[in-house]
Amino acid sequence: MRYLPLTPEDRADMLGVIGAGSIDELFVDVPAVARRSEPVDLPHHAGEIEVERELLRLSRRNRSAAEGPFFVGAGAYRHHVPATVDHIIQRSEFLTSYTPYQPEIAQGTLQVLFEFQSQVAALTGMDVANASLYDGSTATAEAVMMAQRVTRKNKAVLSGGVHPQYVGAVETLAHAAGVTTHRLPAAIDAEDAVIAAIDADTACVVVQTPNVFGTATDVTRIAEAAHAAGALLIVVTTEAVSYGLLKSPGAMGADIAVAEGQSIGNGLNFGGPYVGLFACREKFVRQAPGRLCGETVDADGKRGFVLTLSTREQHIRRDKATSNICTNSGLCALAFSIHMSLLGEQGLRQLASLNHQKALATAKALAAIPGVEILTPRFFNEFAVRLPKDAAEVVETLAAHGVIAGVPYSRLEPGAGLDDVLLVATTETTLDTDITFFAKLLAGAVQ
Amino acid sequence: MSMNNVGRPTRPEASNDDAGFNSLSGGRGLLQDEPLIFELGGWTKTGVDLPDVVPADSALAGLTRDEPIGLPGLSEPEAVRHYVRLSQKNHAIDLALYPLGSCTMKHNPRLNEKMARLPGLSDIHPLQPQSTVQGAIELMDRLAHWLKTLTGMPAVALSPKAGAHGELCGLLAIRAAHEAAGNGHRKTVLAPTSAHGTNPATAAFCGYTVVEIAQTDDGRVDLADLEAKLGDHVAAIMVTNPNTCGLFERDVVEIARLTHAAGAYFYCDGANFNAIVGRVRPGDLGVDAMHINLHKTFSTPHGGGGPGAGPVVLSEALAPFAPTPWVVHDENGYKLVEEAVGPAAQAFGRMSAFHGQMGMYVRAYAYMLSHGADGLRQVAEDAVLNANYIKARLSDLMSPAFPEGPCMHEALFDDAWLEDTGVTTLDFAKAMIDEGFHPMTMYFPLVVHGAMLIEPTETESKAELDRFIEALRLLAQAAKAGETGRFKNAPHLAPLKRLDETLAARKPKLKWKPVAPAPLAAE
Repeated sequence: MRYLPLTPEDRADMLGVIGAGSIDELFVDVPAVARRSEPVDLPHHAGEIEVERELLRLSRRNRSAAEGPFFVGAGAYRHHVPATVDHIIQRSEFLTSYTPYQPEIAQGTLQVLFEFQSQVAALTGMDVANASLYDGSTATAEAVMMAQRVTRKNKAVLSGGVHPQYVGAVETLAHAAGVTTHRLPAAIDAEDAVIAAIDADTACVVVQTPNVFGTATDVTRIAEAAHAAGALLIVVTTEAVSYGLLKSPGAMGADIAVAEGQSIGNGLNFGGPYVGLFACREKFVRQAPGRLCGETVDADGKRGFVLTLSTREQHIRRDKATSNICTNSGLCALAFSIHMSLLGEQGLRQLASLNHQKALATAKALAAIPGVEILTPRFFNEFAVRLPKDAAEVVETLAAHGVIAGVPYSRLEPGAGLDDVLLVATTETTLDTDITFFAKLLAGAVQ
Repeated sequence: MSMNNVGRPTRPEASNDDAGFNSLSGGRGLLQDEPLIFELGGWTKTGVDLPDVVPADSALAGLTRDEPIGLPGLSEPEAVRHYVRLSQKNHAIDLALYPLGSCTMKHNPRLNEKMARLPGLSDIHPLQPQSTVQGAIELMDRLAHWLKTLTGMPAVALSPKAGAHGELCGLLAIRAAHEAAGNGHRKTVLAPTSAHGTNPATAAFCGYTVVEIAQTDDGRVDLADLEAKLGDHVAAIMVTNPNTCGLFERDVVEIARLTHAAGAYFYCDGANFNAIVGRVRPGDLGVDAMHINLHKTFSTPHGGGGPGAGPVVLSEALAPFAPTPWVVHDENGYKLVEEAVGPAAQAFGRMSAFHGQMGMYVRAYAYMLSHGADGLRQVAEDAVLNANYIKARLSDLMSPAFPEGPCMHEALFDDAWLEDTGVTTLDFAKAMIDEGFHPMTMYFPLVVHGAMLIEPTETESKAELDRFIEALRLLAQAAKAGETGRFKNAPHLAPLKRLDETLAARKPKLKWKPVAPAPLAAE
């Protein structure tokens, strides 16, 4: 077995040092009923050649995004990631290290986290950011829990533009913790309904921009209404590239900004691992979940970084902790930070503009098809269209012709009565020929 | 002195004493000081070439940013050098033994990285039509089969994103089962004092009150105390097995029986499954739910603190309450059930958007195929053998917390042997850094004073173990010989000396702030 260094002679020597007659003597505490004398009923070990063959077999049964026109978004986006990113995250010292418990020999990871936090705070326009959470949806759920701790109120109002699977993640956690959720009906442009739903019991208002239908919203009025009622505003973003073009959550009055960071530095990976961004106002930081990295000095007065404010965390506070989270999404946060460093201010702005222009061009091409209506009034790189047919069927039809047209909204929320709505996303990887071919096929499919 | 023919010396001169040597520029040979990207980069600099944008009419007027973001950019060579220099300040498994107890820092096979990067597995979207990702869903199904077979459990929820997320998933399934049976009044969770901090934190998060179970002198759950605390108010017990003292809970079958007799469920923290994989199936012990850290037992990389993955295996009683999504398959192929409707209506909800940590599933599955049923069994045996070897070879100098009987995959020492030396567990750990090793887990579990929890894992050779043991023996002798300077100021040879954690917490500085005038604004 290529991963196991001990030889039979080593094992015999070591048992001798221990004073055990056999390996079974070391498992003597296992109750007799549970001792297995034989391996379980699974295949025996395999070499690299055999394993590669099996994984390649499975991979070939999937249609990868690179193979042709691809317009799928709804919370995960296919962007080009510079080759440097994947090279660096595979360095042993990043890949095979762990949570920086010993800061003297983890300054690489810690400085990266400090830089990551600084980048996320800048992007979101917030005072402070943490070292990341699992993904955007769990970050949203954690934000709702934090709002409960800060306001000591137990009701969350969720806009009808929040991604339905994010709503699902929030409901799971909120209901377990005794927070009631008031999720408004799915709505492409939902600002007024959100404001109307805020009352004195509201702990937080959760809005997404751009929302699941792609609508970008200035949430300043919602922030004012939330604050007037003593509630926190949580702004969710599932497409982090939009920060390059749109007003930041902080500039619009957000108290907590959360996002899915996958778009920067991380591949699609069929849904994970991703990286949750979490930022908030400084006055709430002691109620924040997850790891925080802070600057300090060493015994010689040299600048260094450590995990800090850990009295919020489970390993110290146990049942009084702000969250049960134990890790962050370290390597994905590293990938995010490297990609963002490569982009810089100028690159990010240009990338965002490019994404937006691709969406404008796609919307223009689709709007020209009789019976197809663009529903999203103000979009970044994703928009909703109404089709004269069931959107899921259209997606299957086009997939058979090599175009992955987008996400039928019914897949996210089957009962919403929006079976004719298709979510279409573009990025810098969308080619002009992709748009033309998509429009041509869609025109044929909806006739 | 030897010379080559242009006068270049080819042999070193006799060594002088280098004590107190300082370079002129502050450089340290291969170990570079490295500024922050905010001090290195430029507002107008970028390491990415993108096509020019031709603006078109946009409806985003009034929604766009008018302020600078404040992001520095680096060219590609600057970025590569920045991150490579930073990387050299990290300890890693690939450098040396990394014996963090309970964390399972084992070798990460590179084949798994290669497989996870196959375009057909990495460049696929969670919401593209299921007909176009049949191989991905099949892989999830294969992984589920291996996990169920290895644990002897009938169901698995794959989607939890880490161990703590798995604990949450398991407790939510337990809660849903109790509520479905009209037992929503059960609001207490019992857990031993030695439990991971995530256990009580998770239980409290679910609205449960946590009551601690006492421990026996030999480091196990006190059955009498457990029995006294069980009752109609108890929803579940959370017990780690093998436990955080590195010991197998001998009475685990009886623990399960008592728990079930009281109408409660048995949640097993599976963080230490690597000690028994292939030799013991938790299903045979009476477990109702157990998370499996794919990044521990199945060696997906720890990545500096994540991403992990924490699938949860479930008993027959809890299976109907598993969260969406899950995989079904029939003659038409594989399907992800994404909504809790119809026959799936008892599902308690979903843990997150999408389907879980696919990138980790691929790596874990490649690891499982590579080891096979026989290799996984050997994994458990070698992990336990290595830990017992360390315990046996250090017990004359250090004090094992539970000297009687074998340990499982980790060896636990207390600090009794350091008494009167003036050296603490923290000092000893920091001195290990100077010897080239990552310290063990320290001050955990909480039930042992000055705890030092050493988990070598199965991927250490005997030679590396001997090197590690020899270093610890020398250190232990030095501590007993009164060489406190070696310990009190340790580490001496790390990139930095000990850091001021109090300062960091008292005046939190959590992001870079420009010193006026902003150095980058001058560009």
